[in-house]
Order: sequence, then C-alpha cells, then structure tokens
Amino acid sequence: MTEQAPIFILLFPFLTAVIVALVGLRHKSLSWPLTLVSLGASVCASLSTLAQVVEHGPIRYKLGGWSPPFGIEFHIDGLSALVAVTVSVVALLTAIYSKDNVDAETPDKSSQYYSLFLLLVSGLLGIVITGDAFNLYVMLEVAALTSYALIAMGNKRASLAAFKYLIMGTIGASFYLLGVGYLYIKTGSLNMLDIREILETAGLFNSPTILVAFILITVGVWIKMAFFPLHSWLPNCYAFAPTTSSNIMAPLVTKVMIYVMVRMVLTVFGPNYAFEILDWENIVVWLAVIAILAGSIGALAQKDLRKMLTFLIIAEVGYMVGGLWLADETGITGTIFHIISDAFMTLCVFLFAGIVFAKTGARDIYALEGMFKKMPLTMVGFLVGAFSLIGIPPTAGFFSKWYLVQGGINSGNWEYVVALLISSLINAVLFFRLIEIAYFGKKPAEGHDHHHGDDHAKVSEASFTMLLPLLSTAAILIVIGLYNKELVSVIQDFLSQFNLATSIR
Amino acid sequence: MKILGIITVIITGFLLLQAERDFPDWGDAASPASDNRLSQHYITETINETRVSNMVTAVLADYRGYDTMFETVVIFTAGIAIIGILRVYGPSTKLEHPEPTLDTEKPDLIIETTCRLLIPIIQLFALYVIAHGHYSPGGGFQGGVIFGAAFILLALARDLQTAQKWVPENRVLNLAAIGIFIYAGHGVLSLIFGENFLDYSILTKVLPGDAIDARYHSMLGVEIGVAFTVTAIMFSIYSNLASNGKMEEGI
Amino acid sequence: MELLQSIADSFNYWIYIILMMIGLYALVAKNNLVKKLIGMSIFQTAIILFYVSIGYKDGATIPILYEHQAHHGHHDAGHGDAEDAHHDVEHAVEEAAKEIHAVAEDHADGHDAHADDHDTLVDSHDAHTSSAIHAEDFANPLVHVLMLTAIVVGVATLGVGLAITQKLYGEFGSIEESEIIEQIRTGK
Repeated sequence: MTEQAPIFILLFPFLTAVIVALVGLRHKSLSWPLTLVSLGASVCASLSTLAQVVEHGPIRYKLGGWSPPFGIEFHIDGLSALVAVTVSVVALLTAIYSKDNVDAETPDKSSQYYSLFLLLVSGLLGIVITGDAFNLYVMLEVAALTSYALIAMGNKRASLAAFKYLIMGTIGASFYLLGVGYLYIKTGSLNMLDIREILETAGLFNSPTILVAFILITVGVWIKMAFFPLHSWLPNCYAFAPTTSSNIMAPLVTKVMIYVMVRMVLTVFGPNYAFEILDWENIVVWLAVIAILAGSIGALAQKDLRKMLTFLIIAEVGYMVGGLWLADETGITGTIFHIISDAFMTLCVFLFAGIVFAKTGARDIYALEGMFKKMPLTMVGFLVGAFSLIGIPPTAGFFSKWYLVQGGINSGNWEYVVALLISSLINAVLFFRLIEIAYFGKKPAEGHDHHHGDDHAKVSEASFTMLLPLLSTAAILIVIGLYNKELVSVIQDFLSQFNLATSIR
Repeated sequence: MKILGIITVIITGFLLLQAERDFPDWGDAASPASDNRLSQHYITETINETRVSNMVTAVLADYRGYDTMFETVVIFTAGIAIIGILRVYGPSTKLEHPEPTLDTEKPDLIIETTCRLLIPIIQLFALYVIAHGHYSPGGGFQGGVIFGAAFILLALARDLQTAQKWVPENRVLNLAAIGIFIYAGHGVLSLIFGENFLDYSILTKVLPGDAIDARYHSMLGVEIGVAFTVTAIMFSIYSNLASNGKMEEGI
Repeated sequence: MELLQSIADSFNYWIYIILMMIGLYALVAKNNLVKKLIGMSIFQTAIILFYVSIGYKDGATIPILYEHQAHHGHHDAGHGDAEDAHHDVEHAVEEAAKEIHAVAEDHADGHDAHADDHDTLVDSHDAHTSSAIHAEDFANPLVHVLMLTAIVVGVATLGVGLAITQKLYGEFGSIEESEIIEQIRTGK
C-alpha cells in the first residue's frame, strides 16, 4: 500500500472535489466534512511519502505502467515531498478555518466553492509531484483556473482583479508552455530527467533555443509568482478575494511557483547551466533586491491590513528568487527552507487578518484596537506569525532567513544581505505598529471613523474552528524552528546530488 | 499602455526570432523532435502495445492518460468555475444594467424544421466520432463537443427552457461528474487490482481478452467518460453565459 | 534573398511568431476586456501552430495506421470484423509485442546500448506481418496529443474569462477597463 502513497496525495482531494460538486447540490452541509476528510487523508499520504523519500531516496512512480519517458511519471525527491507536505497541511488548516466564512461570503454556492477549493489543492499538489514538464503545465492550468474563479467569487473589485490575474496568468502559463515547446524541439522529450540527460549528452547548452527556452520558462514563472516588476496583479487579487480564497492562495500559489522555478533551474536545466554558463546571478540578485525593497516599502504605505500583507508576499518572493540565484548551497538551502516557513507564516497572518475581518467587518489596521483584551488567544497566534516574519528566534522565519543571509555572505552578494536586513527591519516596524494599536488602542489624532465602533464592544474570542488552525499554524512555526536541523538535513540530502559546492564560482 | 505593449512585443518578438534561426527546418524528418526514440516508439510500437491504429488516441488515452484525465478535469473546473462566478440562484434579481431585450416570438418554421432534421444527425455523428476514435480522427473530446453543440443548437433555435427540459442543470452536473468518475474509475480499479494508477493492462480481470485487449477496451471506456464530461460542460458553459447565470431565457 | 530563403524554409515558425505578437499586443495594450480575450485566443492559437509545426514531416501522413498495417494483411477485414482480425493474429502479435515491450523497457533504462537489438527485433516482427511501419511515414503523434490538451485549456480559460467579463458588465455596466477603474476610483 505504501508504494501507492504518491498517487493518493492527489487522488483524495481530486475525487472528493467531484463528489462535493455532486453531493453538495442536495446536502450542502456535507461539503465541509468531506473536504476535511479528503485533505486529512492527503496529509497522511504526503507524510508517508516524505518518510519513504527520507528513508529510501527519490521515488519514481510510473503512471499507467509505462516506463518514462513514454509515459508520465511522478518524480518525488526530498524537495517535492517537503513541499507536498506543506501544501496539504496548509490546505487542511485553511479548510478547517473556512467553516464559517464560506457560507457567509458565498451563499448558495458553498458546494461549488469547496469543489473549486479542492481542485486548486489537487492542481498545486500535481505541480509539486509530477516529473513531466508538460504535465506540469496542465496542473498549472488546473490551479490557475480555480484561482481565477475563487477570486472572482468575491466582491466587485475582486472581479476586476481576477480578470487582470487571468490575463497575466495566461501570459505566464503560455510562456511556460512555449518554453517547454522549445525544449521539446531540441531534445524531443518531455520528461524532466530525460530532458536534462539529453541536454547534457547532446551538448545543447550553447544553443540559442535552449537559452530562449530558459528565459521563457523563467519569465513565465516569475509572472505567476508576482516577482517585482511583474507583480501588479497580486495585491488586489489577494486583498479583495473571499477570505478563504486569499487564505489558501496567499501562502501556496506563489510558493508553489517558486518550487517550479527551483525545479526548473536545478533539475531540468541544471545549476551548471543556470549559474555558470549564463552567469546572470548579479542581475537577478539585484532584481530580487529591488523586489524586496519595493515590497517592503509598498507594505509601509498601506492602511488596509490584508493589502499590507500582500505586499509582504512580494518582498518574500524577492527573498526566494534572490536566494536561489545566489548560486550558493547555503543560499539555496535557505530558499527551500523559506518556501516552507513562508507558507506557514503567511498562512498565520492571513488567518489572523481573516479573523479580524470576520469579527469586526473592518479592513483597515485600526480595527485591531484593543484586541489583546478582547481576543488574547488570537493575538498569541498572530504574535508568533509576526515574529516569524520579522525573523525572531525560535520561530521558523529566523532560521530560513539565517540560511539566506549566510548564503549571501558566502557568495559575496552584500546588497542582498543588506536588503534582507532592511526588509526585516521594516517588517518589525510594521508589526510593532500593529501590536501597539492592538495593545494600547491608539487611535490617530484626526479620529479615524470607521463606522464599527458599536461592533467593537461586542468583539469576543474567535470561534473554535477559526482559532484551531491559527494556533496550530503558530505551533507548527515554532516546531519547524526547533527542528530546523532535521529539515535542513533533508534539504541538503536533496541538494547534494547537484554538486553545488563545486559548480559555483 | 500602447507604448508598453509595443515594447513588450518588440522584445519578445526579437527573442523568439533569435531562437527561430536555430530551429531545424520545417518538415525536416531528421529534426530532434521527430528523429527521437520517443516519437518513433509511439509510431512503430503503438499497434503492438495497444492494438489501436490511431496513434493520437493511443498516446492520449493510454501513454499520457494521466494528462488527459486532468485535461477533463480542466473542462470540469471551467464548468464549475463559471457556475460559481455567474450563476444566480433563486428568484431572478434585476441587474443594475438590464440586458437589451430581444424579440421573443415563436421561432419560424424553417428554423424549427431544420433543427428537427439536423439535431438527430448531429447526435448520431457525435456518437460515431466518439466510438470510432480508435481508427479515425476523433475521440471523446471531439465527439463530446459535437454532442454538446446539438444541445446548444436546440437552445439557440428554440429557447433555453426547451433545451433545459432535456438536460436540466442538475443532470448536467451529474453527467459531468459521471464522466470523470468513469475515467478515474479505470485508474482506481487498476489500483485496487494492485497495479499503478491508470495501468489498464491489469483490467483483464474484468474485461475480455488479454492485457493488450484490456488496454484497447479501457481506452474506449475513458473516451466515453471524457465525452460525458465535455458534452455536459459545453452545454453548461453555454447556458450560463447565454442567460447571464439566471438560466431563464438565453439568447 | 538569403533572408527570404530562410523565411521560406521555416515559414510556419515565422507565422507563429507574428500571430503570437499580435495576440500579445492585444493582451497588453487593448482597453476593451473582450478584445483582450480575443488577443488571448490568438496568443494561445499561435502556440498551437508552433507545436503542430514541430510534428510535421515532409511527405508524412496523419498518424493513423493504414488498414493493412493495422490488421497485418487482412485486407478484407472491415471495422466490424476488427474483433475477428484480432483473434487471427493474436498469437503472432502477442509474442512479438511481449518481446518488444521488454526490449523497449530495457531500452528506456539502458539507452542506446540496445539500439541495434531493437532494430533487428522490429525487422523480424515485420517479416511475419508483411507490412512495415516506418517512423518517417507518419507525423509525430505526440505534439497532436499535447495540443489537444492546450486547445482544451484555451477553451476553458476563454470561458472563465468571458464569465468574469459578464460579471463585470453586470456590476459596472462597462467592459472598458479604464471606465471600470474610473468608477472604482470615484465611486468608492
């Protein structure tokens, strides 16, 4: 049974999505429990896969019994297994949280909503575990189509944001598809490992086609992950989408795209090509520096809580793109570590923003006024997430940033180190401002009137289904922080196959 | 925006043209994509491994069956997404900006007679395309779209209500889900029998013939599943878009 | 002249780039949402043209076997008799298929080491089925499969895009992007 675990990661949410769409027509109340059960099963399957990978090394699962490259295969190594666990756990926590607000925000359509939610999760899991470059495109589109719909089910402004996302997302995915086509015209294969082997044996690294394929794939993925100059679609999408939609998409979609970038650079093209033959590290790291600073400064300018957090995502994307192109083993370890820790800390603060919105109905940061007294447990969860985003030990954020900074120092990219520290400082300013408002209830002098004064008196602790995921996420952040050595050893096992120490300058 | 567009187009176009010079000539049988064990294997071995003469069908439904399953899911997703975005339940709520009203007279004799004659033929042809995908161009997607077009034609010629009598909204969703269950069911069944997901060869246990025959028959099975989903979702997309999600009048 | 010659040699690739740029321009620069979606369709269709061009071979036909190749000499076997034809050649095909499958798997693992083996096997197989299948006679089937997927994805994206456009029209009464943004700015 355990050798079939990889397919179960995906099969449970995917089949349940179809069941929910059917059953939900008659029994709306069944949608939520079915979603939970399927995601729970998916978490078990992904954990079992991770255990197998750690024990026996990478798994190659032949779909349809055809040996690759003739058929499609799952290729699961340490990186995919870790990200798959992250995706399924985040999805489960978000699903628990969604109980109250899906019915409130999308009445009459909760079965469609849960169906799309599960399809999004299966799309993301499919991206993570597949070993076929074209299959990745199909999964990318499953995830993309569902996210357009999940955003567009929100209010007026969300629809426009979703349309922009649809246009940008299609350009990104089409660039990726074209890049795969360019690889195919030169190598004649679609299997990732096979492409790599043909690239090496046929000596195609000097071909302009491969160069353009690399550019197309990288730019396509950058659009999808909202890397700085291409980020314009992201803030409005995540800020105005229904709460559950932004809770699932903010932590996962950009992070999975970063996974795709890491996978493409390391497994398909190889660090030798990306970092040595092309030698673009400095340009990309500088782009990442600009992204980090632009994201952080953009966050400073926001009064809307969720919109402020979306700008932090843009800064975090800069961390990880820069971390990969440091071309240093420690830096890349940090990048992969940061994919995981950032998924959980983004989830943590977005869950908090969702609770605040559900309880007060206000979007701006002054809604936090006096929260420490009214909902102490919620604030504890928020504090852990905020400390992790700032980078205070023993939270996960500290350790992943530590590896990123180490990588920056090792490779001599001081501008990156400085940008990372400035951004952490800005995060500290941002979150201590929030904590100040929440603790002292400081209102601006001009009397910021937000029409919710009456509601505030009644605000009490969040309900159990909202609190449980928030506190679990906070606990996970601390656990990852405490067991960072084990996590790093899995990542370094994965990286050891690439000879990164020798392939850098 | 215009300037931004022109700059994007010039940069991308320049980049693509650079690579184009490096491509093998168009139609060159010795290009890496064609002269490769992957494409050669599909051409020469398909008949032996699956007994299907249409290689496209074999590669689609068997070698890359997993891709195709999720392709069906993409269609299903689009259907659910459009219902999620547009559908308005309950008594019709007036939009802020009313649609231009159309002439809602009874359709004239010519249109009605033509449809009455055409629709059965279209449906029959759709079934032929689905069933004959192993030997000629065709298959689940193509046949499904043609079948869906028959219902759309009915809705266009009469009105949405008439077409809804044949395929009401719930039945559409049921059909779409059944299609996916048929496809995924082949995979789950092979899991139950102890092989990998979608490995049709193990289905000899329930299908007549040997392992290759099982592949042959399963491919027909999954094509039928695909056809169910595509038919249902094509009509669902049309009826939601045409009636603005109210499922009342249509165009 | 040289340029013209190079265009003629790879005519499809030039056309696909031009189409794609038209689509990309509409996607980025057009203000009307439906025009953007039309641009998106052109953009995706251009990619389909590119892929299908990869699979084309001079003098090759569509990737469907001729009847005599599929049925191994049973010229009179119509489609209705397909089952009979199968039973007749079942043993021959089964043997050959098993061997070839085994070799193919070796082949996948060991790469070119078994290439020669493989050829001889195909030949012997051809000998007792009388009609050979040559790879250069048929267009590459893989790209057609891939593009079937891409077409489906394109249709799905277009459908969702139109649905969002309709929703926007219901809410704002306009499908001009600038007018909608103006309404958001002033109306809030």
